[in-house]
Amino acid sequence: MTQALRFVIALTLSIWASLASSQSLEDIILTLPDGSFEDRALVVDQIAQTGDDRALRVLEVLLSGDLHLLKSNGRMVEVYEISRDDFARDILNGEEYGEVPRRGATKVRVNNALRRDIRTAIGVMTLQHPDPDRRLAAAEAAFKSPDPDQTDILRAALEAETEANVREAMAEALAVVTLQSGEGTLDNQLAAVAILQDRGDTEARTILVPLMDSETPELATAATDAIERIDQIQRLWGLAQNIWFGLSLGSVLLLAAIGLAITFGVMGVINMAHGELVMLGAYTTFFVQEIIRNSFPGLFDWSLLIAAPLAFVIAGGVGVAIERGCVRFLYGRPLETLLATWGISLILQQTVRSIFGPNNREVGNPSWMSGAFEVGQMTITYNRLWILLFALAVFAVLLIILKRTPLGLQMRAVTQNRAMAANMGIRTGWVDAMTFGLGAGIAGLAGVALSQIDNVSPNLGQSYIVDSFMVVVFGGAGNIWGTLAGAFTLGIVNKFLEPWTGAVLAKILVLVAIILFIQKRPRGLFAVRGRAVDQ
Amino acid sequence: MNAFSKTLLGFGAATMLMTTTAMAETIKVGILHSLSGTMAISETTLKDAMLMLIEEQNKKGGVNGMMLEPVVVDPASDWPLFAEKARELIEGNEVDVVFGCWTSVSRKSVLPVFEELNSILFYPVQYEGEESQRNVFYTGAAPNQQAIPAVDYLMNEEGVERWVLAGTDYVYPRTTNKILEAYLQSKGVAPEDIIINYTPFGHSDWQTIVSDIKEFGSAGKKTAVVSTINGDANVPFYKELGNQGISAEDIPVVAFSVGEEELSGLDTEPLVGHLAAWNYFMSVDTAENDAFIDSWIEFTEDEDRVTNDPMEAHYIGFNMWVKAVESVGTTDADAVIAALPGTEVPNLTGGTSIMLPNHHITKPVLVGEIQDDGQFDVVWETDGLVPGDAWSDHLPESAPLKSDWPGLNCGNYNTVTETCGGS
Repeated sequence: MTQALRFVIALTLSIWASLASSQSLEDIILTLPDGSFEDRALVVDQIAQTGDDRALRVLEVLLSGDLHLLKSNGRMVEVYEISRDDFARDILNGEEYGEVPRRGATKVRVNNALRRDIRTAIGVMTLQHPDPDRRLAAAEAAFKSPDPDQTDILRAALEAETEANVREAMAEALAVVTLQSGEGTLDNQLAAVAILQDRGDTEARTILVPLMDSETPELATAATDAIERIDQIQRLWGLAQNIWFGLSLGSVLLLAAIGLAITFGVMGVINMAHGELVMLGAYTTFFVQEIIRNSFPGLFDWSLLIAAPLAFVIAGGVGVAIERGCVRFLYGRPLETLLATWGISLILQQTVRSIFGPNNREVGNPSWMSGAFEVGQMTITYNRLWILLFALAVFAVLLIILKRTPLGLQMRAVTQNRAMAANMGIRTGWVDAMTFGLGAGIAGLAGVALSQIDNVSPNLGQSYIVDSFMVVVFGGAGNIWGTLAGAFTLGIVNKFLEPWTGAVLAKILVLVAIILFIQKRPRGLFAVRGRAVDQ
Repeated sequence: MNAFSKTLLGFGAATMLMTTTAMAETIKVGILHSLSGTMAISETTLKDAMLMLIEEQNKKGGVNGMMLEPVVVDPASDWPLFAEKARELIEGNEVDVVFGCWTSVSRKSVLPVFEELNSILFYPVQYEGEESQRNVFYTGAAPNQQAIPAVDYLMNEEGVERWVLAGTDYVYPRTTNKILEAYLQSKGVAPEDIIINYTPFGHSDWQTIVSDIKEFGSAGKKTAVVSTINGDANVPFYKELGNQGISAEDIPVVAFSVGEEELSGLDTEPLVGHLAAWNYFMSVDTAENDAFIDSWIEFTEDEDRVTNDPMEAHYIGFNMWVKAVESVGTTDADAVIAALPGTEVPNLTGGTSIMLPNHHITKPVLVGEIQDDGQFDVVWETDGLVPGDAWSDHLPESAPLKSDWPGLNCGNYNTVTETCGGS
């Protein structure tokens, strides 16, 4: 039954299409480069109506902006890139025309309005596509740009549809079309309102708002109720979303601060170059990705996993060098340490600027870190989720190192009583270097993660140094659990203040709150004995 | 005094004379752009562009038979240091003209120095207007050459009815947004359909703001974001937009501070269709632009280097200065300042820009859409060139002011009280 129906619809569609336009696809697409965007929108409709099998491909290439007019032979071509060189292939017969010289092809330009039209046209053509993902995309396109002419096609597609989620999307699209055309019985319209209420997101709300003033009282009441219901759901999800934003900001703060929790918190070194160690980690990521892009493009999704240990080693190595070369001569003189490490931070910044240039460097997101998924009405972006998990993992590993390894034991021993530790045969100098290196290496790891959400430029570190110190001081120097608690508290408080006060004032308020808090509890949330305290 | 000592004296005088002529044989051009610190990201490129322009001019034989000599200093993104370095350039190095500054605050910091020492500054960046100084020539866009036409485009072509004005918290976005708000309200946009949002420099956590924009945009009216977000903060902003799935087809963002240079650190795939308004795009297809890009790539020896709008502004400003100096035959500041208004030079978009009496220039306004290769496609442009307006007509306090240096010798003449407001 469904097969037969599908066939009949396809048949009617193609007859209707061939009647609508007598021109062939070859002739029509040649008119694409001419005229304004509005003219081009009409051509897109013509292309869609040819019923030609190749029309879909033409529209897809046009949508992606790869459709060009080849100047040398006047053919419409798809331009594609192989290792930074452009090649052309005929859009209709697939013939290869070889490499395109610079400015050898004129692009058929599309703008936002035209892109919407193309997407709708593609949607109509793919509502019955064999691939369920394509059908889902088509239904969503129909939802976004409802067109009363599509009612029959949508209804037919809905009846033939077997996948549950695609059915749902199609039903929603059909509901929008029904409501916006104002046709159909009252029951039909009320059913459509109910479908949209179940969808429950802001888009559904947008469609229902004008119905509150409907001339049919039943419809107006139903719409008002539905909007109230949606608003209730939205408020709850808004709260959840805010907590998520707070956790995610907290994870970034935690990553930036956790290395400092060791160098400053445990060792008591005011390390102003901490931000630059983070930056080195980010540049390592850039460097690794650059090599992968040029030599092993297939490995791109693995780039972060390769970069992470490298960043740890590089930043850690620089950290050890800083400790051995400078900081160790300044123990117990916080002011000199502050100035010296600040000088080091400037040197590192300018070195990176001289090697890599002052511009931002492009660090791509691997596919598993791009995009977002929905939990109810809440959007969770993959990169933030992974960074949260990564921050927690780094924290756990650090905790294990500190509590369960000989190095951690020696670190704590040296921190608590240097002279006694030395008497027990611990090489305190070596432990100092390793501790500093560990903190620096973790800063490098943070850089790998931060490269995914922030600029990779020589200034990267500066934007995190103040926040990092804030977190460590607030959490309590010397206690990495304090850093964890401090980071998430600050993140969540910040995110709850932001909608009320704006980003600038929220930051100021948080800072003022911390100052007041430190007045009450000078040693932060979790005070601990350590070298920093002894001074 | 005997003959011998007379000869010696004469010889000495001659040598001294010769050295002075030899020293006067170059014209010194100061370049005042940050090469370190936060602004290095944008300003280093301009320093390189100036070096290239000077090198090319010298290949053509210099100016008035003299070679140009660039003097580069680094004000290190430190605003008071800009004033010191400007003084060093003019007094210490005796430069005849300075090309420099990016942020408005750095320009404000050097203004008194240029006034006191009577030198010339070419300022190449789009800015908030509300200023016209005798010693400064503004080759970037005033708000009526960038912000207002861009908003017109969104209103007329995209049918936008709700507006988010998002900016970094400093003078340029605040003044521009004030002008835009007044302009939008004069066009009948209700106050509740406009929200204004400021963020600190280098803001990197955009989750809340982007989700607010998403919510604001779902009220049934077409919504757009007008972004005066500056510099580094743009990358995480666009990343967040892409990740939260806001496409340009739903809520387009038009930016005034995002050019090819800013996009070069970014994967632009999710940004396709977002807009920027400038007076120049690298993708503009003219012979002048092709030649400019070719020489830029050759000069930097880097295939991937991009050109951008402030570079074009320096190109125009530099050529105007050369033309003015050649026409008066001297680099004397007063003569050149008097000669510059009315000077015409070709710009890179196929038109001819002219220096106006208010020390701003005429420029075309282009609206471009971001493409997946990090370039912009021009989707709209003004019919002709737009003259830069120093004092916005949309703010009540600046509407009656006008600037006319050759005519009135005044940068802020009040046409109501018929007095020169300051200077």
